[in-house]
Amino acid sequence: MTAPSTHTAKPATGISALLKTAFVNALIALVLFSLMVGIRTEAGSDGQLTYWTRFGELASLVVAVFGGSIVIELLRQWIGPTGAEKLVPPAVQSGVSLLGRYVAPALLIFTVLVPVIFYNQRYILDLAILVLTYVMLGWGLNVVVGLAGLLDLGYVAFYAVGAYSYGLLATNFGWSFWICLPLAGILAAFWGVLLGFPVLRLRGDYLAIVTLAFGEIIRLVIINWQDLTGGPNGVSGIPRPSFFGIPLDNSDDGLAARLGIEYSATHRIVFLFYLILALALLTNWVTIRLRRLPIGRAWEALREDEVACRALGINTTTTKLTAFATGAMFGGFAGAFFATRQGFISPESFTFQESALVLAIVVLGGMGSQLGVALAALAMIGGFELFRGLENYRMLVFGMSMVLIMIWRPRGLVGHRAPTVYLTKAKAISSDLVKEGHG
Amino acid sequence: MDYFAQQLINGLVLGSIYGLIAIGYTMVYGIVGMINFAHGDVFMIGGFIALITFLILISFGLTAIPLILLVVLLVSMAITALYGWTIERIAYRPLRHSFRLAPMLSAIGMSFVLTNYSQVAQGARVKPIPPFITGGYTLHESPDGFVIQLSNIQIMVVVTTIVLLAIFTWLVSSTRLGRDMRACEQDQTMAALLGVNVDRTISMTFVIGAALAAVAGLMYLLYYGLVDFFMGFVAGIKAFTAAVLGGIGSLPGAMLGGLAIGLIETFWSAYFSVEYKDVAAFSILIVVLIFMPTGLLGRPEVEKV
Repeated sequence: MTAPSTHTAKPATGISALLKTAFVNALIALVLFSLMVGIRTEAGSDGQLTYWTRFGELASLVVAVFGGSIVIELLRQWIGPTGAEKLVPPAVQSGVSLLGRYVAPALLIFTVLVPVIFYNQRYILDLAILVLTYVMLGWGLNVVVGLAGLLDLGYVAFYAVGAYSYGLLATNFGWSFWICLPLAGILAAFWGVLLGFPVLRLRGDYLAIVTLAFGEIIRLVIINWQDLTGGPNGVSGIPRPSFFGIPLDNSDDGLAARLGIEYSATHRIVFLFYLILALALLTNWVTIRLRRLPIGRAWEALREDEVACRALGINTTTTKLTAFATGAMFGGFAGAFFATRQGFISPESFTFQESALVLAIVVLGGMGSQLGVALAALAMIGGFELFRGLENYRMLVFGMSMVLIMIWRPRGLVGHRAPTVYLTKAKAISSDLVKEGHG
Repeated sequence: MDYFAQQLINGLVLGSIYGLIAIGYTMVYGIVGMINFAHGDVFMIGGFIALITFLILISFGLTAIPLILLVVLLVSMAITALYGWTIERIAYRPLRHSFRLAPMLSAIGMSFVLTNYSQVAQGARVKPIPPFITGGYTLHESPDGFVIQLSNIQIMVVVTTIVLLAIFTWLVSSTRLGRDMRACEQDQTMAALLGVNVDRTISMTFVIGAALAAVAGLMYLLYYGLVDFFMGFVAGIKAFTAAVLGGIGSLPGAMLGGLAIGLIETFWSAYFSVEYKDVAAFSILIVVLIFMPTGLLGRPEVEKV
């Protein structure tokens, strides 16, 4: 803990400077938290506000800031003013990338085996389904944000469109899940194009705000259009999915009875697990294939430089619209799955927080990296489960980690977002060829 | 007609509050070129600090309303300004030369932090306060019994806004700081070469924006008589809409846009449907951005390669 103040080369790194910084930080923290944390207000039963003091919490927070800034300052001096890149030596980086080649297949095999390993652990199965749903959403949004570079803050709108499409079609007309699934995708894609058209001319931040507004509009319409959507009460009694027409229940023509095995409620969970796994893998496969098609190349070009893209004759209109439509379609699929899994949907499931969560998964995963997004979804949803007991604190931690990741590794924790094709080395051109008069 | 006049008054008051928040958005966008997504939450924090200061002052036995108001105004402006400064320092300054979307994402994270921080620190329930400033004037009474009211609080909101706007315009147009701000807005590198402390100027922009948001928070608290931890989100988007409508980067534009949004929202609620008032505001945002991206008073943005 004792930093040798006499031996350090730089004068600013002395222990007195360190303490001074920490003291100033603690003072700022004291002012910031003085009223918000030091005083707690609450409305009493008669509507009158009362307050009480919490100087203990305030003091511990200030001390924590004081200690924290000393630690951070020391770390900064020991590591030196290196960027995040230098933290990982090149040898380790190449090792990681070599390892990365085997991580994806291993992870896939493990995922397929999850229902076998954890057959009796309902909690883990449910959690795995949740993680896979977010993996799928992340992969879907990855098309828009990661590949095409269009910051979409209203992705949850397409999720909602998919969920309500299935919920309403199934409860009103009795259509089966397998008919509604493509319909939900098509409807969501339609809304994606509908949103895409107006925002074609917008870029960057403006695009983000408009998509955010769009997502909020969809949610508000769902809340207020009570005749159709049931308003805040939501849609309940959404039918469970069937195994291609064969219901997964305890009846005589259920799947268990037909196969001659004893019925168990876990069958449906396992089926749902493989369903979302298949949907997620479909998303992944389509994305990987699309990346190799001209349209995928155009998305990546659009992300790297829109002006250059236009100069090269790429139609930015269709490129953006297809990105929105493709991303929205996968969102719609995931929404339909969400509806059939829950059996109940309400506008509360489609708030801006969901959009931000999916976006955070994509960003954390490294915008464009498929494996990165999957790992980020696992880390994020798993992290949320760890903080389950601290319901209020988890969004606080979520926000903090988003800020810290942006500061520490803005390109994502796991992945990279290099274009699929690029020049590996500069082509050397003989000086004879480029002399004046030779072109 | 009377109903219309009453709604006009209400709309102007609401618009003043939006305008005060919108100035923070427009200044930051002008200088740093980012949407300070957490600004709506700074406004919310301002409201909370005002509420807590009120409670403390009253429990100390102070009864002089003007004195209380003055102290509350200064305390909430000072502390909220420090919040603005800290946010810029922690979440935005390290990202100033990062890739384009990084500050935006960091700002979204910061917005979550502030919302949940105040939920954790002060609880999720709505916090009401008793009305401090009561009374008003009856401007006109029609034969069928409808009265146009102009309450003292409404007068106070509008007057405060006008005074602040005057001070602020003077600050930007005639002081050293204002000149630095305008210089940084045009070209940060050149400004730095000519001896402008760019970091300090950007920090001051956030400080001023947060202080104005704190005033808006106080006005909101006095006008509606309550604060809650989630009020920053919708108010923030509406104020951003106001900034865009007025032309982002333009200060009179932000105020004008705020008034326009306040009036549109009020009249929409009065004549169409209250449920869809937020939808109306968000739709305006979309329509303005598509057909008039430079807003009412903004300069056209030159696309640079």
